[in-house]
Amino acid sequence: MNSSGYKIFKFVFLAFWASFVVAPFLWALTTSFKTINGVTSGATYIPWVDYEPSLDGWRNVLGTGSQGINVIEPFISSAYVTIGASALSLVLGTFVAYGLSRFKYRAGFIRNGDITFFFISQRIMPPVVLSIPFFLMLQQLGLLDSIFGLILVYIALLMPIAVWVMVDFFNNIPKEIDEMAMLDGCSPLQTFLRVILPNAKPGLVVAGLFCVIFGWNDFFFAFTLTFTETQLLPVAIVSLNSSATPWWSLSASALISIAPLIFVAVLVEKYLDRGNLAGAVK
Amino acid sequence: MFTKYKLLFLLPGLLVLMAIILFPLGFTIRVSFSSWDVIQPGLDWIGGNNYARMIADSRFWEALQRLSFISVASVLAQYVLGFSLALMVWNQVRMKRFIRVLFLIPMMTTPVIMSVIWRTVFHESLGPANDLMNLIGIGPVAWLSTETMALVSVLIVEIWQWTPFMFLLLLAGLLSLPKEPFLAAAIDGAGPIRTFFNVTFPMMSAISVGAIIIRLIEASKIMDTVYVLTSGGPGSATETSSYYIYIRGLRDFQIGYSAALSITYLVIMIIALTVIAKVLSRLVTEK
Repeated sequence: MNSSGYKIFKFVFLAFWASFVVAPFLWALTTSFKTINGVTSGATYIPWVDYEPSLDGWRNVLGTGSQGINVIEPFISSAYVTIGASALSLVLGTFVAYGLSRFKYRAGFIRNGDITFFFISQRIMPPVVLSIPFFLMLQQLGLLDSIFGLILVYIALLMPIAVWVMVDFFNNIPKEIDEMAMLDGCSPLQTFLRVILPNAKPGLVVAGLFCVIFGWNDFFFAFTLTFTETQLLPVAIVSLNSSATPWWSLSASALISIAPLIFVAVLVEKYLDRGNLAGAVK
Repeated sequence: MFTKYKLLFLLPGLLVLMAIILFPLGFTIRVSFSSWDVIQPGLDWIGGNNYARMIADSRFWEALQRLSFISVASVLAQYVLGFSLALMVWNQVRMKRFIRVLFLIPMMTTPVIMSVIWRTVFHESLGPANDLMNLIGIGPVAWLSTETMALVSVLIVEIWQWTPFMFLLLLAGLLSLPKEPFLAAAIDGAGPIRTFFNVTFPMMSAISVGAIIIRLIEASKIMDTVYVLTSGGPGSATETSSYYIYIRGLRDFQIGYSAALSITYLVIMIIALTVIAKVLSRLVTEK
């Protein structure tokens, strides 16, 4: 595919897609520096040319402005929940994945494949189906509107992802390595912790990144299971959206919430070439 | 041998997941046979009344149809666009990493947060979308306030958000392909189009099916984007199943009825997605 016609088409197509991808971010970025004049006179784009930039939006959401909107506290709560749930899911999921990859389980008609399917199939479950029982369950446990309650719920959301990525990853580590370690006198647990886990770092990173993305991006459970005590970032920003929050504050808060994910994108790209991602789907 | 260790690895995770998922699911099934609502909370037994009411509830079935349309249309568009982009970037050398990271970013960003931004983009008099429409001479479009355009807006946001996922998986697939078949095709003098249809596409069919199924599963749950972008409106023009069940359950507090809707929705999704997965996998293995 080296004809110049194709090259031009490819360039135009990639340029078009790149503009489509960045457009909402650039729009949010420029909007975050506007004041009332920059917004109400129709769409404006370039600071100093189209409108007079100001830092009001950023001051507002960082808690130093006149409006007293604060996204720092929800940001920290979101970080606690995401990191806590991802870490627990990764630990539980990695153990399960190693077991499913190395041992044969049978209980009645249930085999390894069925257990793996049970974990992965949880992704089919629409959150709304579980929302009412989760609500009542956390209410009974006194965990409604708390960080710990959300972590518990997010484990159900994230552990299947960890199991899914790690089963495939362990299957690609030759069993001979385990056998060698056991010949040297390691118990299965020691083999797993000392020999296999250090070799599984790339898989753990990919699984961890996916857990973090899905945890950080969840809205529905945070929205239905927390109210005033605990507020996660997406819920805080959506509630700003439904009240009469000016666009500049809204844009600044949206950008703050998205910023950590840009780093995650850079990390995910690093693992693209190493073939860890394609295997999981095949 | 190793029974103790076998269980040590599997049980903690399995028990936690079963406790978090199966108990609530069983509870939802039981609640779906009760008249639990805001006036009379509690588990009574009214048999299949909720299910009978559901059969006559055209709003529920319309939401299901709409969901099917949105999922299938957006996933197909994501597949075609994602595959095209992956093919174009595959052998790209200049600015390779920058382009890849850039194209991945939308799928990493929070759907509700992006919907908040897209809402301002689609604003009819103050947003840039209509500014662009004016520029190319189409004139202002009522993005979120007419039925058809609201649906189109939801599709645009879905495609923007999730084409990167297809791009990621298909590019990873392309990068893991062996080189020999391409050399053989080049020696045979096959042009780019024939190489694609006879070599690349068949080798990519398994991963394509995998990626499409994963996306359909995720798309069948669409709710966040709709909630922020259109709140299901105008009227119920963009209401999906999840959103309708949410309204009945956690807004109107008709717990029993929404549980019946939930269970039906879940069963239909499991059947539909299993059938689609089976059919697509068979298409691949027959080739």
